[in-house]
Amino acid sequence: MKILLILVSGIFVNNFILSKFLGICPFLGVSKKLDTAVGMGVAVTFVMTLASAITYIVQYAILNPLNLEYLQTIAFILVIAALVQFVEMVIKKTSPTLYMALGVYLPLITTNCAVLGVTILNIQNEYNFIETIINGAAGALGFTLAIVLFAGVRERLELSDIPKPLQGFPIALISASLMAISFLGFSGMI
Amino acid sequence: MGKFKNFTNGLVKENPTFRLLLGMCPTLAVTTAALNGLGMGLATTVVLIGSNVVISALRKVIPDEIRIPAFVVIIASFVTIVGMVLQAYVPSLYSTLGIYIPLIVVNCIIMGRAEAFAFSHPVFDSLLDGAGMGLGFTMSLTVLGSIREIIGAGTIFGVQIMSSGYEPALIFIMAPGAFLTLGLSIGLINKITEIIERKKAVKEDELA
Repeated sequence: MKILLILVSGIFVNNFILSKFLGICPFLGVSKKLDTAVGMGVAVTFVMTLASAITYIVQYAILNPLNLEYLQTIAFILVIAALVQFVEMVIKKTSPTLYMALGVYLPLITTNCAVLGVTILNIQNEYNFIETIINGAAGALGFTLAIVLFAGVRERLELSDIPKPLQGFPIALISASLMAISFLGFSGMI
Repeated sequence: MGKFKNFTNGLVKENPTFRLLLGMCPTLAVTTAALNGLGMGLATTVVLIGSNVVISALRKVIPDEIRIPAFVVIIASFVTIVGMVLQAYVPSLYSTLGIYIPLIVVNCIIMGRAEAFAFSHPVFDSLLDGAGMGLGFTMSLTVLGSIREIIGAGTIFGVQIMSSGYEPALIFIMAPGAFLTLGLSIGLINKITEIIERKKAVKEDELA
């Protein structure tokens, strides 16, 4: 039951982009086209789930026993950077087609604050190992949902007649605001 | 004059929030009140100055190939220090900003200035650049925070300024208000820039 709750909460209620403001840079940067948004979403889901699992092990197997909790930020960001590099190499060797699809997005993920954010939140909320993985996956799916929906909206915006000062980022932010209002509707669910 | 330019650059012309659109996550997340924006801005400024100075001082030692991991470690160290100082001296601000303090590490402004400026400029110039960018960021955050606090709660820095009959528009201190305020502010600044440039063009026409 708790797992289901984490899943629903991560995807809809506490959506990473629209209610926690994590991962805004890729949200605004790679949401101009639908297919690039899907690619980014898949890459983030992959890395975020994996990063959640690994940082959990780092925290409870290395940092806590050695009383090095204050190194959490440094340790986690290094784990994520190394992980992204590693995933990039593995995908390049094993599946060139997947690499073609995800390749460009992978380096960008290191500086995606949603990834570092979810790993720190997992530890703060004292989730166990299974819950940590579920929370990572749920957050990432929420991210994917928001970025894909937003890309659909932005493709339409390109064709609309918008006052000049509002073209580009401003109108995108205003549309994001409307999306956030609709996502507020989910907040009564839990 | 040239040195001074490094400092003012970040304040207006290349303002990180309104012009370069960097560091959007903390910009949107913590500007629910003017004080939070100011606190976040100052914390980021300290990290930015520190990392700029250290990276610039070590720029001849760090090999080119591993510069990104090296930057990340230096930045993360400063973020940890700032986090600890805040926790010790201003615990209330520390708990309001919460997770966004460790997330200063992945603020693209800091990485961006390290890569674009500090790694290729002397120490003092980098210090000025860090201070200017940081203060530009602080200024934008405080302005956004003030707008949202005035409309959403009727107060500024916690002081009541709207009359008691004013019904606060709560939506402005909730998530959608962040996107809306930032979007409209950027739109307004674009409009003002456009008007100024048009006036300048008219003046040049008259001279010619």
